[in-house]
Amino acid sequence: MESILLLAHTEADGSLGRPALEALAAAKNLGGVLHIGLAGAQVQPAADQVSGAGAARILAVSGEAFGQARYSTDAAAAEALCRASGATIVVAPSTSRWSRALPGVAFRLSGRVDTHATALAIQNGVPAVTRWFYRQRMEAVLTRAQRPWIVLLDAGCVPAWSGVAGTAAVETLEVAAVETRTTVTGTRSPEAGEQTIRPDAKLLFVAGAGWTKKQSDCATHTADAEKLILDFLRASQASLGGSKSLVDLSGEGEAVLRFMTHLNQIGQTGATPRHPKGLSTCCHGEEPHAVGWRFVGERRAVNLDANCGWARGKADVVYVADAFAVMREVNSLLEK
Amino acid sequence: MNSSTTPFQIVVCGSIVPDPLQTLEPVTAAGGPALKNEMMLPAVLDPWAGHALFEAANLARSVAGSRVWLVAMAPKAKLQQVMMTVAQKVPFELIALDGPASGFTDSFETAAALALAVAAIPGLDRSRLLLFGGWESASRGAGSTLQMVGERLGITEQFHGVDQLKVTDGGLEILERVEGGKHQVSVCAGAPAALGWATGNLPEPRNNPQVGMVNMRGIMPALQRAKAAPVKSEGLCFASVNLPRQQRETRVVKDMPAGDIAREIVAWIGEE
Repeated sequence: MESILLLAHTEADGSLGRPALEALAAAKNLGGVLHIGLAGAQVQPAADQVSGAGAARILAVSGEAFGQARYSTDAAAAEALCRASGATIVVAPSTSRWSRALPGVAFRLSGRVDTHATALAIQNGVPAVTRWFYRQRMEAVLTRAQRPWIVLLDAGCVPAWSGVAGTAAVETLEVAAVETRTTVTGTRSPEAGEQTIRPDAKLLFVAGAGWTKKQSDCATHTADAEKLILDFLRASQASLGGSKSLVDLSGEGEAVLRFMTHLNQIGQTGATPRHPKGLSTCCHGEEPHAVGWRFVGERRAVNLDANCGWARGKADVVYVADAFAVMREVNSLLEK
Repeated sequence: MNSSTTPFQIVVCGSIVPDPLQTLEPVTAAGGPALKNEMMLPAVLDPWAGHALFEAANLARSVAGSRVWLVAMAPKAKLQQVMMTVAQKVPFELIALDGPASGFTDSFETAAALALAVAAIPGLDRSRLLLFGGWESASRGAGSTLQMVGERLGITEQFHGVDQLKVTDGGLEILERVEGGKHQVSVCAGAPAALGWATGNLPEPRNNPQVGMVNMRGIMPALQRAKAAPVKSEGLCFASVNLPRQQRETRVVKDMPAGDIAREIVAWIGEE
């Protein structure tokens, strides 16, 4: 039987975020002896939050140095937790923090790591990870002989664990002071000035390069496009994505949507977000872009080209229409 | 040490991937899963490794005396094809490893081969080393190789999903992608450091035949010298590799007034 460690870092308030609770659910599904390892500035709220999860031990590394997302300190904390637990399988959420640190930890432990797992289950008596290769173009199930095996689970793949909070006993580990030359000074939002990326939104709205091209009057209407899109995002609370061709325009000196950055890019060299619904506008739905829609549930598109990629089996509905006119009408309906 | 004037030694790790417009189909080969007609598929430099290379060249241009190496592991013949194009983009020196570029190889062993190649670069000053690479590949998509290369080289200042690097008097100001479409801002007191690049901010450089000619003088001998780097992926077993069902029954709606389309879309958005 495997020994399982749920490895999680705490949020600013000391609690665990949803991705950590999803990873906990996946860890519990494996059976075996469960340990929980926590790292952060403060860990007691998180330990109390998962006190009913049935962990044999709750281990923690805490202190101000571990409150910041930084490779050297995060790797030291994770290494200490893994060693102290003696776990053969380490399950962690695919947060930016753990994605940065845990591959190096796998090396330190002479173990192996698999990231972007979408499922973790026992198959034929052994743990098996499901993940995608070639940018969401093929799905594989794999097993490994080496231990410890660190698995980072993508968010949104498993229902989050929920249970009644209590008071947990935490074993605090002492980690020697970590030498670091890195100081985290804060976070910065893109210059767009308005939040357009909402990972928890029910709808992904994707704009393609067509928004910045000449329209039927042989003129571009970039300012109109910006207003239509931002009005829609405010009214619908959708998350904004962009095709590569659109986000690349800013580097090529062409008319651009000012709020669109590479962070919004969806596709082969961009993000692969998980949203229940997606609406694509002025975008051809070519394969490198459409692979970014792998985990978008219902898909609709508005495009002037009836033969675009969306119409060839990549969307559920394609409206052959002018996106400017359609979105203007959509916005007026949403305002009512 | 003043970071704004000290030359860097920038090593970019990157490989090749199938052209994203190609249709990919998994097959079972003797050593595990592979792509159908893998050696026949047109290849390109991995997109994120490409961003890392362009950022490296830009940094080297701005800090006099800096040098850029590209350490690439791929089948030698395929690598040569890709280098014919990449060489025209920016100046660099190639360190080639003749090994697999498949997404199904293990990052642990790939990192071991790359770290050995980096460590063997003649005259490399590790105190000035910036280890660059893509934050993920477009093949394995793991985002784990660079960290393990860094660990093997003793680099514990590591950054992942980097979009910006600024050299200041205080060191390196680095912007990394974090949740919610934000960047984490960190200051690292100079090299050595490892940076896994996301998209960065630079457009792809235009082809420059003169740069290409200079690069190719070093690239061809480097390809001839390329050492075999077998990656066995021991202990890794694929139970299945499948293409997803991706074809949908698309309803194409033509000649519907914009108002009617809007009503349909709004109703659809509101459905639970």
